[in-house]
Amino acid sequence: MNHTAGIQQPDSRKVTFILIGLGILIIISVLFSACLGRYPLSLSDLLTYLFTGRSIDTSLPTVLLNVRLPRIIGAIIVGGVLAIAGAAYQGLFRNPMVSPDILGVSSGAGFGASLAIMLSFSLLGIQLMAFFFGLSAVFLAIFVSKIIGKNHDKILMLVLSGMVTGAIFNALISLMKYVADSDTKLPDITFWLMGSLSSITMDEIKVVLPIIITGILPLFLLSWRINVLSFGEEEAKALGINTGRLRIIVICCASLITASVVCISGLIGWIGLIIPHFTRFLVGPNHRYLFPASFLTGSIFMLLIDNVARSATSLEIPLGILISLIGAPLFLVFLSKSTKKSW
Amino acid sequence: MKLEIKNGVFGYPHKPILTGIDFELNTGEIICVLGKNGAGKTTLFKSMLGILKPLSGSILLNGKPIEHWNRSQFARLVGYIPQVRALPFPFTVLEVILFGRTAHMSAFGSPGKKDRMIADECLELLNICHLRNRIFTQLSGGEQQMVIVARALAQQPSFLILDEPTSSLDFGNQIKIIRQVNSLKNNSLGILMATHSPDHAFMCDAKVAVIHDGGIWKSGHSNDVVTESILKEIYGIDIKVQVSDIQSESGRSVCIPIL
Repeated sequence: MNHTAGIQQPDSRKVTFILIGLGILIIISVLFSACLGRYPLSLSDLLTYLFTGRSIDTSLPTVLLNVRLPRIIGAIIVGGVLAIAGAAYQGLFRNPMVSPDILGVSSGAGFGASLAIMLSFSLLGIQLMAFFFGLSAVFLAIFVSKIIGKNHDKILMLVLSGMVTGAIFNALISLMKYVADSDTKLPDITFWLMGSLSSITMDEIKVVLPIIITGILPLFLLSWRINVLSFGEEEAKALGINTGRLRIIVICCASLITASVVCISGLIGWIGLIIPHFTRFLVGPNHRYLFPASFLTGSIFMLLIDNVARSATSLEIPLGILISLIGAPLFLVFLSKSTKKSW
Repeated sequence: MKLEIKNGVFGYPHKPILTGIDFELNTGEIICVLGKNGAGKTTLFKSMLGILKPLSGSILLNGKPIEHWNRSQFARLVGYIPQVRALPFPFTVLEVILFGRTAHMSAFGSPGKKDRMIADECLELLNICHLRNRIFTQLSGGEQQMVIVARALAQQPSFLILDEPTSSLDFGNQIKIIRQVNSLKNNSLGILMATHSPDHAFMCDAKVAVIHDGGIWKSGHSNDVVTESILKEIYGIDIKVQVSDIQSESGRSVCIPIL
């Protein structure tokens, strides 16, 4: 048995190695991002300030702590959380092509935010409405699937219901845009729907962080059981899993964390689809490693994209545009590789 | 221990497939389920596993209705070997076998050293150690089937329900599975196996239940049930049943289809 135990180790050692590598990479990305911006900063100035608290320039602490730090933390949370939510949804629906908006959470949040902007709510009001309608869309999808899909394939019914509620909320978003004042409200709605990290503050992060941790923790703890779902509902049941309960827990947690980040960042697509897919490539499909690795990969990706968004041109480029422009071709590259190697 | 069905009606709402099922499986015995395609063998199995709700009647494990067992308690006693189907993610063979240990873990658990040791024993038992670190989705259908058997063994159940376990295997692996089934019986497991080859019933010296026309049509020991007239009724072809004259096989019957 000893020799077989020996074979196992390189595998998990490789995964640990990759996780540590991603950890180092994210530290580098953070330092790099902190230096970047309209007020450029050298790495040595930054490190001197971080380790000694001394800085040549008096405005440095303000720029770092009030402008760049919230944005960096925001990017880490938004990218990482969307990636974990995507991985969870993909595991649950046994499909690597699923993204967190499959049950309509983004469309719901988009509608909530548009409505709040129409009604001239404050920023907090917009965020609350986005959060509320994001979760409502998912629960509506679950509810509808329970009513119409009693004797059908439950997963299929859930996906179809999600598509339907998503379509309804998308139509409502269009309605909001159509009736919005094209000088004041419409630009705000459009801007929100394209996603941005520019307005994230530390106070917002402090509010959503506990909610996000509450949602992520069960996913991490249940990661082995989510693995077992890969063989499908019936086999997972025969292997001893209460699939109905597990499915509800995973959907609630993944939707909760998605709604929490979307309400502070606006709609950000692609990350939840592409990052878990790419990460599965690195560490394999076991969710125990896939969740933490997806978080790190998603954070790094988001940080780099946001750096481009805020410093490539003098005018900030909306994230939604950049992510699709960069994410879509990247996705094709992974796809062409994965057909050779089977994910 | 006993897995029994009392007056079961199984199938889908408004569309019962099996009616009036009375059935009993004890540890230490093998029951082969015969029946043509679409007769309802899989429906019977899914109902016994609690995947499909019975339309009426009751299914009892050790005298307690199966809907009163929680999933992991039930899975510690009853294992299932389904017909192989596609896996969406590239798990390794070892991971797939460890899935079989899930019922023995806590809700938030993941496999530990002991689980890994049991998985390795199962690999060794089925002589598939060389597959251990391969990707499950890249194996041949037959290899995948062997891994699924190993997964069920890792579950260490008292009852094993096998849905045509040999259907995608080559001749050698088919016989290996039958040998394995026999040795599991000798280790006092109760085994319920659907098969399309009536010979398997003779090889396992098993009891036989014939599913025909929406119910259990005949049941009893293979020597009494697997007869030429009954086989003709099930499969609609002429089949001779003869006692083999190979000494070491001590009077085992074989089925010879007449072309």
